[in-house]
Amino acid sequence: MRRVVSVWLPALPTDLVRRHKAATDPDAAAADADAPLVTVMLDGNTRRLGAVDPVAAARGLAPGMKLTEARILVPGLREHPADPAAEAAELQRLAAWCLRYAPLAAPDPPDGLWIDITGSAHLQGGESNLLRDLIRRLTEQGLTARAALAGTPGVAHAMARYAANPTHITPSNQPLDAGLPDDFPIEALRLPAAACDALRRLGVRHVAHIAAIARGPMTRRFGPIVTLRLDQAAGRVFEPIHPIIPAEAITDRLHFVEPLLTADAFATVIDRLTASICRRLTALGQGARRLDLVFERVDGSRHALRVGTARASRDPAHLRRMLAERLETVDPGLGVEAMRLVVSRAEPLAAEQAAASLFAEPVTDLAPLVDRLVSRLGPARVFRLAPVASHVPEDSVQRVAPLTLIRDTWPAGLTRPVRILDPPQPIEAEAERAALPPVAFTWRRVRHRVRVAQGPERITGAWWSDHAGAMLVRDYFAVEDERGRRYWLFRSGAAVPAGAWFLHGFL
Amino acid sequence: MFESLSIPPPPAASRIAPLLSRVSPHIAPRAPATAPPVAPPSAKATPGPARSYAIAALRERIARIERRHGEGLADPAHADPHAYPLAHPAHLPFGIPAIDGKLPGGGLARHALHEAASAGPDTEQAAAATLFVAGLLARLNAPSLGPVLWVLQQTDLFAPGLAAVGLPPERVIFAEAGKDVLAVMEEGLRHRGLAAVVGEPMERIGLVASRRLQLAAEQAGTMAVLLRRSRVFDDPAHNEPSAAFTRWRVRAMPSDLALEATARRHWQLDLLRCRGGDPGSWIVEACDATGRLGLAAGTAHGSGQAA
Repeated sequence: MRRVVSVWLPALPTDLVRRHKAATDPDAAAADADAPLVTVMLDGNTRRLGAVDPVAAARGLAPGMKLTEARILVPGLREHPADPAAEAAELQRLAAWCLRYAPLAAPDPPDGLWIDITGSAHLQGGESNLLRDLIRRLTEQGLTARAALAGTPGVAHAMARYAANPTHITPSNQPLDAGLPDDFPIEALRLPAAACDALRRLGVRHVAHIAAIARGPMTRRFGPIVTLRLDQAAGRVFEPIHPIIPAEAITDRLHFVEPLLTADAFATVIDRLTASICRRLTALGQGARRLDLVFERVDGSRHALRVGTARASRDPAHLRRMLAERLETVDPGLGVEAMRLVVSRAEPLAAEQAAASLFAEPVTDLAPLVDRLVSRLGPARVFRLAPVASHVPEDSVQRVAPLTLIRDTWPAGLTRPVRILDPPQPIEAEAERAALPPVAFTWRRVRHRVRVAQGPERITGAWWSDHAGAMLVRDYFAVEDERGRRYWLFRSGAAVPAGAWFLHGFL
Repeated sequence: MFESLSIPPPPAASRIAPLLSRVSPHIAPRAPATAPPVAPPSAKATPGPARSYAIAALRERIARIERRHGEGLADPAHADPHAYPLAHPAHLPFGIPAIDGKLPGGGLARHALHEAASAGPDTEQAAAATLFVAGLLARLNAPSLGPVLWVLQQTDLFAPGLAAVGLPPERVIFAEAGKDVLAVMEEGLRHRGLAAVVGEPMERIGLVASRRLQLAAEQAGTMAVLLRRSRVFDDPAHNEPSAAFTRWRVRAMPSDLALEATARRHWQLDLLRCRGGDPGSWIVEACDATGRLGLAAGTAHGSGQAA
């Protein structure tokens, strides 16, 4: 199902002014950091406020106010001429930047962005991680940003602007026709200012009030826009997002005479598109790291597939297979009238080196396999396990990307289990004295008599770095029970009441 | 070395043709310093080491194609003569004549599916079977063979334990597949660039599923290993029929208290099923730091063989 992010940049014009100042004159910008800042535009012969920053807004200024009035209300006001062209250009640039998250992104003038992340969130580690990362990176760029994720653009747009949480996520299992919360103001519906004013004059303030009005009279009075917005928010009418295509991207598009519906037909088109894209990548000496395949349906809606590669590739067979494997997730709707393949991220890729020797064994490239596993399982679930210099067994292993080169290994000669329990499980052990292995222990209500034991091996945490490390003292024993099975036990020294025993693994 | 140059007449020209077409295109003018000098492919060339190596490799490949056809392992029409990597033996021996003698081909077939499980209370964690499998894979370590794909369902594997039997971290790629272990294994086998694919499913495996894996392993020439685990001790499901070439059970033996503490622990290794061979049972010394098993002293003459 569709998942749309709406980003709201409430202070985009003033943020841009501050950013520009910080870049050109850092000292003055630092001195002015807390001063109220507004942009000024000319309305006939009157100068009015275009945008106000949060400081100015807190002092009672609002967009549309006369500048003279604002100057009286707020002494020391910093003024800057508004530059709508620069704001639009920045929005366009930000939309192109948002393609890092999903293949369909678009500016939402005057102060927002759309991202259709359907089917792309897992590449960023889930929806909430994606939103957090988005807000963090926008903040790093000096922009105040809020974002919301919902099943329709209408709801996402309203939530970004009116929800309390700056990264609101409407759960994907919530039915779409719930639409907007009843207590949202009617402005949340993206109505023209004239319609909002008229509705307010009638005493209609909240979304719930509108929903209660009969549709016929309302359409006659306010035009079709009100019912359209309600239907769009509830998912009854599809609201397309017209994605931007970065100007420098390598792209190809095939338009069909008859709408296509079958997976076979799509696969044939993918063949032609990948072949043409790979020819152009070869000519440019580049390889694709990320491919977006956009299906343009006859009803004007778009569906996109995104695949990433672990290493730049321009092998048509590999790229074709990656795309074709995802075809089953495509809903063709009433038919697809055009398909576009975009290389949304490319990297230089040198010409391939032919095998240097006739009889040298070809070393197979692992990247295609890793790509397929990642697109199937998600990036966090394909990994190598690399050594970390830590004495604490559970901290001595870390997951790294599957194509990372690992040069070292764990120190040889230590007794280490092959299966580990995380967290260690408490056991009841019978030991004669501290520093001696137990003579018997009970795990999962089965008593094991210890025949052979090796140890103790004392392991202490990083006592120099933190309190938890200082508290960690363990004496490890490898013991064998009467059936020959080997267990890795430890007696905890300080972290829990001294003398507690745990089973940590199997050898 | 010169004896090897007398090539017997090829059995069928049509079978050789694809090999020659693959080998002949051109010889790279700049051979790297580490590679043996490559002689030009003219008929008058002096027979150098590279040439005899090439001919030996070709002959081995021809022999393999014929063996495959002869045994009827695959439909000849679909058999891919390039499926096996060049110059890697098709079987992985244990290095213990008593065991290798039981196995057709003198070792574990590389192009096949194998199963291993632990016995008794170790059925769930399968620590002994894991070490057994890791030791096997540690010896499949030619640089051109690529790494091992280890497909996990649970995340209780501790990599330092694998490194201790000769499977260092750079040789294993892990995939956490949840319920999709078999499908991900098949994906890995299709890739053909791996030394082996290991999967450790907890659930039952049907005959059809194991046949799919066996076919994928055979087509790719990659070893596939199912490390079978279960919450049920000695799960009867592990004895159900499967398409695996061999089925092993590894049982930890109580240490002999008379031996020194440094002695290697012992396993009872049962070969429960073997396609084209008989079952067997041995007492072996567990894998050492390079993954090698040893035959336990006192059982070297077969006294450990079960009926």
